[in-house]
Amino acid sequence: MSATTRHPGELTLGDQLKIFGRSGLEQAAWNYPRLQNLGFCYVMIPAIQRLYATRDQQAAAATRHLTSFNTMPYMQSLITGVTLSLEEQHANGAAVSAADINAMKVGMMGSLAGVADPVWWGTWRPILSAFAASLALSGFGIGGPLVFFLGWNVARLTFRWWAQRWGYRQGLNVIDYLSSGILQKLTLGASIVGMFVMGALVPRWTRVQLKATLTTSAHTDYALQKLLDQLVPGLLPLVLTLGCVWLLRHHVKPLWLLVGVLVISLVGTWLGIFQ
Amino acid sequence: MNMSILAVLVIAFLAGVEGVVDEWEFHQPIIACTLVGLAVGHPLSGVALGASLQLVTLGWMNIGTAVAPDPALAAVVAAWWISGPAHLPVAAGVILALPLAWVGQALTRLLRQLIVPLVAQADVAAAQGDLHRISRLHLYSAALQGIRVVIPTALLLLIPAAWLQHAYQALPTSVQGGLRVAAGMLVVVSFAIVINMMASRQLWPFFFLGFALATDQHLSLIALGMIGVALACVYVYVWPTHGSGPHDQQGGGSSADDEDDLDRELDDL
Repeated sequence: MSATTRHPGELTLGDQLKIFGRSGLEQAAWNYPRLQNLGFCYVMIPAIQRLYATRDQQAAAATRHLTSFNTMPYMQSLITGVTLSLEEQHANGAAVSAADINAMKVGMMGSLAGVADPVWWGTWRPILSAFAASLALSGFGIGGPLVFFLGWNVARLTFRWWAQRWGYRQGLNVIDYLSSGILQKLTLGASIVGMFVMGALVPRWTRVQLKATLTTSAHTDYALQKLLDQLVPGLLPLVLTLGCVWLLRHHVKPLWLLVGVLVISLVGTWLGIFQ
Repeated sequence: MNMSILAVLVIAFLAGVEGVVDEWEFHQPIIACTLVGLAVGHPLSGVALGASLQLVTLGWMNIGTAVAPDPALAAVVAAWWISGPAHLPVAAGVILALPLAWVGQALTRLLRQLIVPLVAQADVAAAQGDLHRISRLHLYSAALQGIRVVIPTALLLLIPAAWLQHAYQALPTSVQGGLRVAAGMLVVVSFAIVINMMASRQLWPFFFLGFALATDQHLSLIALGMIGVALACVYVYVWPTHGSGPHDQQGGGSSADDEDDLDRELDDL
């Protein structure tokens, strides 16, 4: 065995790369009610093989990582990193129990998901994909999708690898960093950019044109759209968007909003309001 | 033609896996539609649909235990109808994608239940210390996610192109016009979902700042992005000096209650 030269209970760079590779399928066995449990165990398997020699120990470790788990998938890399560090200590007889490992996982998964969801799904993906879509529609063709694909995956893979390595090196120190409020600041910053860009997308990307004219006297017709554009361009999209936010706040399902917008468009066009 | 159908099914498989795994993002319309367009030899119509549909779906996200409408099935099949032999207009593709996304969502939920016995097998394998079997079971689940989209895609590909064309041409022109209007207007629902996720009292001013600046057509999207990042830096840097501590009134989603509410809302989608 090639591992004879090193300490038996130490993860190699190769193990960490394998774990990093497996992270890319973490959510594949998403199930109710245990969520990403099989995924987390799948990611940990190279470490379990390295750290535990006997079949009984391996069985115990695998079973321990099959408990319910759910977090924002990219944050799983950070949790995995810390778990690797703790498992290594556990395997080498340090004072880290299996219950400690589970407690750390449960403690981190909820709070990390809370800060990572607005960053990745709420800010980075909408902004990057809207930018890519605008490139695609303004004549760059296939360049748009390429920008999205590369922009997303370079950021994702870099983050996942960095988070896993950092979590492994720092171990439980990670929790001190997280409680210092740095992540909350990052989430706040991302939410600001997200809100700002959403505000910018509303007038740029919603196409609503009024057809109707306003007759003020026998001789003068005002095109209603021109009148609105004089006030603020994009006023109608703004009103529509705020209306949808208000309805979402009052627990109207997005599906009904989509149906509602469709009906408004069809009826409005039939009546000659929109063009 | 047979080769391109095979390619579309491969894309459907990738999109199906990604629709749940959410890593490489092959299920996002801007990627999936482009790939289908390339497969059938009309990349530009694929890109055009992908970009339009992307704006409608950019607010659909799987958060917590919620299942959002699934863009994977929607993007692949709609792209086939636009770029493939039926050659429907892009607006029709955007509208047809919506019921497909809803079907995809129902299938995702169903598979999350159906997969439970497979996960129970992993418990048995773990008790026996059979690590390779756990890995295999996980890969089977990934394959099932792909098949979840491949099968409905294959069924929908069977619909003759001529039927779709006749059906579309049978629509009155006012309805066709209405669909075009709807395709441009539906994006507000996605914007609203994203805003609803992040909005808090302290963040609304940034929304209106973005809106007001964007009405000046001289500012490009990149320039607007830079302004947004600069504003965020300034605000976050200044924030700790604003009396109350940074933990009290964070932007959306940071407290457990908010997150639960959001889960529930998204679950109802």
